[in-house]
Amino acid sequence: MAETNSDSGSFEELVMPLFARLYNFAHWLTQDRSEAEDLVQETCMKALKGFDSFRQGTNFRAWIYRILRNTFLTSRTGLKAAMLSLDDDENNSTEPVAGTTPESILLASVDQQAIQKSLERLSVPFREVILLCDVEEMSYQEISETLAIPIGTVMSRLSRARRAMRSSLNDAGLHGVSRGISQ
Amino acid sequence: MTCDELRSRLEPYVDSELPADELARFETHLRGCASCSAGALSVLQMKLKTRAAGSRYTPAPDFRLRMEQSIRPTRRPAWLTGWFTGNTPKFATAAAFAALLLVATLIWTIRTERDHAFTELADMHVATLASANPVDVVSTDRHTVKPWFAGKLPFTFNLPELQNSEFALDGGRVTYFEHNSGAQLLFTLRKHSLSVFIFREQSGISSVFPVTSTFTKLAFHVETWSEGGLRYVVISDAPASDVHSLSVLLKNAAH
Repeated sequence: MAETNSDSGSFEELVMPLFARLYNFAHWLTQDRSEAEDLVQETCMKALKGFDSFRQGTNFRAWIYRILRNTFLTSRTGLKAAMLSLDDDENNSTEPVAGTTPESILLASVDQQAIQKSLERLSVPFREVILLCDVEEMSYQEISETLAIPIGTVMSRLSRARRAMRSSLNDAGLHGVSRGISQ
Repeated sequence: MTCDELRSRLEPYVDSELPADELARFETHLRGCASCSAGALSVLQMKLKTRAAGSRYTPAPDFRLRMEQSIRPTRRPAWLTGWFTGNTPKFATAAAFAALLLVATLIWTIRTERDHAFTELADMHVATLASANPVDVVSTDRHTVKPWFAGKLPFTFNLPELQNSEFALDGGRVTYFEHNSGAQLLFTLRKHSLSVFIFREQSGISSVFPVTSTFTKLAFHVETWSEGGLRYVVISDAPASDVHSLSVLLKNAAH
């Protein structure tokens, strides 16, 4: 896990190593290259403008990802996505993950493209928490700071997001298998 | 730890979020339970596949370049960066600049006034040499020249005994510098003429010259000093050593 709680340096020195990751996250949120570029650009400009308010020594990565996410949520695409989001009725209970089942064996064989399709189908709150955890490799604490939600909510949302993703993959996989059998 | 307990904590496990004590109990159970191990492996594989699939988009090179250019700070010269770091309080930096500006202005002003004073004295020296009557009191005798100034100047001065020196006194005249009267004495050394200007310390000429200094400008050698409330300036095209020799004679006479 990357150490990011002792950040210090110029804005350029801090942001450029994160630039490609920020863009990837922005593209996943917006689902559009041009909008992703606009989102990253606006994020960087806002962060640069407010860099004086960033407390040196705190987590720069969580700070700038939070700016990016908030910027996205106030954009037209973000507002539309928020309207379509699942009812995010949070609770801290997490359903146990299934063990070795035919479904889990099937999931183990899914390809990268199927996972990408599944991620695209997720609602923005689920997609972003999976991206932050699995792709950006943020800790629960960092995700909590980025999304401005308690750690318990991070855990429950992450669990629900993964369950939704498995379900989506299962549906696609089983359909594929069934299509394969019927042919 | 039971299998159910373990399965409820599979996700924090693969996310490396389990506390150390729980992690130890977790892994102890995994080593003895094939079913839970397969479950943990499945969740971990899914996480790794998601990581690979999620790293999908890369920014265009020209976009990265544009962003680098837009956030790059304006570079300051290294010497300026060294002197004034980002931690320097703004008022301190401003004060330092103001002080630097003030010092530079003062130095420039003093140099300008000194150049002006030198030019005026050099002009008087040259004008005296060019005049058909360079001095008003023509005498080689210091006991004639010195009394001549009595009543003409608000101060008096001593002249050196030149009997055993190469210098010869030609005489003197009253002169003015910035509306202040003073004495101009003319000496000769071989074929060189030397002017000695004597003014009161408060005349303004003192403020533009250091207490004691020697310098050369426009091939004129100048030596100046303060003694007994008077400012002496010796100027000549004679060698600097000769200018200094006359200065020493005048200083000795003043004591």
